[in-house]
Amino acid sequence: MSPTAVHSLWTTAAEPLDKIQAPDIEYGQLAPILIVVGAAIVGLLLEAFLPRRARYQAQVTLTVVALAASFAAIIALAQAGYGTTKANVAAMGAIAIDGPTLFLQGTILLASVVAVLTFAERRLDPETHGNHIDSFVAQAASVPGSDSEKSAVRAGFTTTEVYPLALFAIAGMLVFPAANDLLTLFVALEVFSLPLYLLCALARRKRLLSQEAAVKYFLLGAFSSAFMLFGIALLYGYAGSVSYARIAEVVDGSVRTIDPALADTMGNDALLLIGGALILMGLLFKVGAVPFHMWTPDVYQGAPTPVTGFMAAATKVAAFGALLRLLYVVLPGLRWDWRPVMWAIAIVTMLAGAIVAITQTDIKRLLAYSSIAHAGFILAGVIAFTPDGVSSVLFYLGAYSFVTIGAFAVVTLVRDAGGEATHLSKWAGLGRRSPLVAAVFAVFLLSFAGIPLTSGFSGKFAVFKAAAEGGAGALVVVGVLSSAIAAFFYIRVIVLMFFSEPKADGPTVAVPSAMTSTAIAAGVLVTLVLGLAPQYFLDLAGQASVFAR
Amino acid sequence: MSFPLLTATAVVPAVGAIVVAAVPAGRRSAAKVLALAFSLITLALAAVVFLRFEPGGDRYQLTESHAWIAEFGVRYELGVDGIGVALIALTALLIPFIVLAGWNDADPQETGNSRWRPTQGFFALILMVEAMVILSFEATDVFLFYILFEAMLIPMYFLIGGFGDRAHAGSDQKAAAQRSYAAVKFLLYNLVGGLVMLAAVIGLYVVAGSFSLTEIAEARASGQLEMATNTERLLFLGFFFAFAIKAPLWPLHTWLPNAMGEATTPVAVLITAVVDKVGTFAMLRFCLQLFPEASKWATPVILVLALISIVYGALLAVGQRDIKRLIAYASISHFGFIVLGIFAMTSQGQSGATLYMVNHGLSTAALMLVAGFLITRRGSRLIADYGGVQKVAPVLAGTFLIGGLATLSLPGLAPFVSEFLVLVGTFARYPVAGIIATSGIVLAALYTLVLYQRTMTGPVKAEVKTMPDLKPRELAVVLPLIALLIFLGVFPKPLTEIVNPAVEHTMSDVQQKDPRPEVEAAK
Repeated sequence: MSPTAVHSLWTTAAEPLDKIQAPDIEYGQLAPILIVVGAAIVGLLLEAFLPRRARYQAQVTLTVVALAASFAAIIALAQAGYGTTKANVAAMGAIAIDGPTLFLQGTILLASVVAVLTFAERRLDPETHGNHIDSFVAQAASVPGSDSEKSAVRAGFTTTEVYPLALFAIAGMLVFPAANDLLTLFVALEVFSLPLYLLCALARRKRLLSQEAAVKYFLLGAFSSAFMLFGIALLYGYAGSVSYARIAEVVDGSVRTIDPALADTMGNDALLLIGGALILMGLLFKVGAVPFHMWTPDVYQGAPTPVTGFMAAATKVAAFGALLRLLYVVLPGLRWDWRPVMWAIAIVTMLAGAIVAITQTDIKRLLAYSSIAHAGFILAGVIAFTPDGVSSVLFYLGAYSFVTIGAFAVVTLVRDAGGEATHLSKWAGLGRRSPLVAAVFAVFLLSFAGIPLTSGFSGKFAVFKAAAEGGAGALVVVGVLSSAIAAFFYIRVIVLMFFSEPKADGPTVAVPSAMTSTAIAAGVLVTLVLGLAPQYFLDLAGQASVFAR
Repeated sequence: MSFPLLTATAVVPAVGAIVVAAVPAGRRSAAKVLALAFSLITLALAAVVFLRFEPGGDRYQLTESHAWIAEFGVRYELGVDGIGVALIALTALLIPFIVLAGWNDADPQETGNSRWRPTQGFFALILMVEAMVILSFEATDVFLFYILFEAMLIPMYFLIGGFGDRAHAGSDQKAAAQRSYAAVKFLLYNLVGGLVMLAAVIGLYVVAGSFSLTEIAEARASGQLEMATNTERLLFLGFFFAFAIKAPLWPLHTWLPNAMGEATTPVAVLITAVVDKVGTFAMLRFCLQLFPEASKWATPVILVLALISIVYGALLAVGQRDIKRLIAYASISHFGFIVLGIFAMTSQGQSGATLYMVNHGLSTAALMLVAGFLITRRGSRLIADYGGVQKVAPVLAGTFLIGGLATLSLPGLAPFVSEFLVLVGTFARYPVAGIIATSGIVLAALYTLVLYQRTMTGPVKAEVKTMPDLKPRELAVVLPLIALLIFLGVFPKPLTEIVNPAVEHTMSDVQQKDPRPEVEAAK
């Protein structure tokens, strides 16, 4: 359906009601999203009607099956050519089904499956009162430290609501990079943000820290949502439409007819610039780019570690997808305005992430700052503004997601009496105690540092190459410099693990069940495969780099 | 399809690394024997490469080429010229000796922990380094070379930081702290160099549209690929910076004494005799071939840096109190000679530099490994703790002396040939530089002979009275090296024969001809 048709639909809305046509929805193309939403609703029903004992099994199974089914739907769509030749705009112009959409949705789903496996881990803590326990609070409503909390723990409650919540979040993330109008974008943002705020608050241990993280995330997230909504309103005033294609046409001047109702504002560049900047701000907040990164360390530290891994991977993928689409589809005509700004943001993000990370003493905060630095590297690929730029960003996101989830999964294994031992000093000598776990974590760290033969290097090389070809050579130089700075703190952790004597009261490494092991193994596998033979995935990302409009 | 010989030379040690790493904790000696076996198979393959290589043939021989990452324009391309063959032979030759010398260096002190397998890790890492170094001598794709250049840092880092020298003056804790400091310093220096090179590698691709060394060099020679002067200079600097750190050249050398001092002696040999050669090799292969104009532009500065390395390294070596650090500074002085020979831009200088790489590897290995045996016996690295060793352990002292004499380039031993060639080659074009460099030889005599005199002669110190002489395993390490030093000292032809044609190619890359002898020019 062409964008003008969307527009004419809106203008005919003033006519008598009986003339409204039923919207034309391509259910097949929306199947990946619909499956996940459906499963989330079923999950809620399970939560309401199943006995407590049966919920965990049912929810985990449902979630994994739904994500797998959704992924299968993506594969089917890609096979049918929706990523390339049949790329189009579905659901009355609200959702774009094209290469980047399918690639990013596939990445989000795979990352989510792996993350959900870490959610479901129940072997790490010793059994309490005869019940297996996971990373999530027994009863979210009970006050930390209160009697009701104790009785909930004694009764063996678990918060199985995390699975439907995660499913809703995933559904929102699937829509986010596919959104083809600003309202869909905003709705998707809220759909995935709200469950994430909740998930952040559900840690079993250090509950106050977790709740604090959730509140911070919620408040700052609400601000950024508000900014974004304001930006959407301004952009609507500028273009007379929220459709990406329509706005792009107004920006590049191919639409000259002025909507009489918006005659005062349409085509007003001030609205365009401010509105575009506000929407960018909202997206950069989700990406965790400096100066909108303040929430990242606190939230990453406070949230239950499996949720942190999930957020760090899937949210980033979704948000970068949306950012790419906004910059490449809606605002290409404005690139001489946004590129200098994004240059500055990329440089500051890379440097600040790398420099501040050096002083961190908590492994989760360290990984948070590392994720900020990585956001900067990905931004370098975004700025390239070439098809190579898109494919390099897609590839980087895929490579980065699995390393991140794997790394946070390893963090859940290292425990002492107070739960996870996240303070770096406690990791001293880990290489002596459990060489395998330390070696796996070292692989992840080397990949973060971008050492050749790991996926991190392939990704970094792809974005830097795209940036250099896109004329951003200076950005590449800043990129390699901040990589060098970043390498310092990754190496510090490796030094700590391998070259320090283990402490007598050091943490133990829990033996995980098959689920966390699978998540970690997937991380290692992807790291090495994308490091040694990235060709297939680079091809895939290359084919998937054309946006539909 | 013919047998991929070059790949095999790298795959064998890599497989060996995996096999050795998989040996169970209790079977340490099996791991050692396996490591030695794999290094010997590699040596045999390297010998085949050496014999199959035809000095008069194509520039790059035994080539292999496979698609790898088309998206980046990267191919898995291998090929060797004479310089590569010589260095592969050196690497494959030294690794069995390094394995043998480090036979007991990594045995765990406490045997309680069944999961902790340092011995297996030690030998696996050495083989891994060997695989990467050999492949980097063979890579004719800039990207492939870069990957190996960077990736070899990781096993080296674990070798330096994880297996320290037990002969340490301070406490165990102090030793561990210094060791990890040395390892981190090594890694950061080289990583920064590598990352700067990464920017240049990407820049090269943007300019040239290819990573293939042969393609780019051909396009440059035929004038199809024009580089703006400034672009070429910047790219050259990016590459050279990384290689100068690796080599190491003054003022980027400071990581080497730390790393060599704190690492076990076999690892110290691995660093200076094998891994660092990748830096000087890459200057010859990549800097000169890809950026001939910029190389000529930078020559005066590089020559000055090389001269400073020669003199400064030698002076500091004279002042050292620690045997291993003394040898490290001597190596810095020698790397100065190698760089001097490369950038003198004469065929004598460059073939001298290539021979120097091989001979320095052999002589430093001999000297350092004997020094390691000495240090293990006494448990101290300080020169002042020794005296009169030649009376109690004459064979040890004798081999130490020959290693030392090789280091100071005594005629009749291999390093003399190369040092002489470098000096002659330099003098032909830059007489002043040649004269200054000669002072390095004088200083070399000073630090080597003083080292020998203080440790081996004089009254026998109480602590060394019971010092045993070299054991058969140690003799098996030292004697072949000494035999080679003498053989190549009197008969360097097998090496010069394969190196000279390669040097002629490099000379024509930079469009340099040897200056005519002055007598002739005056006519």
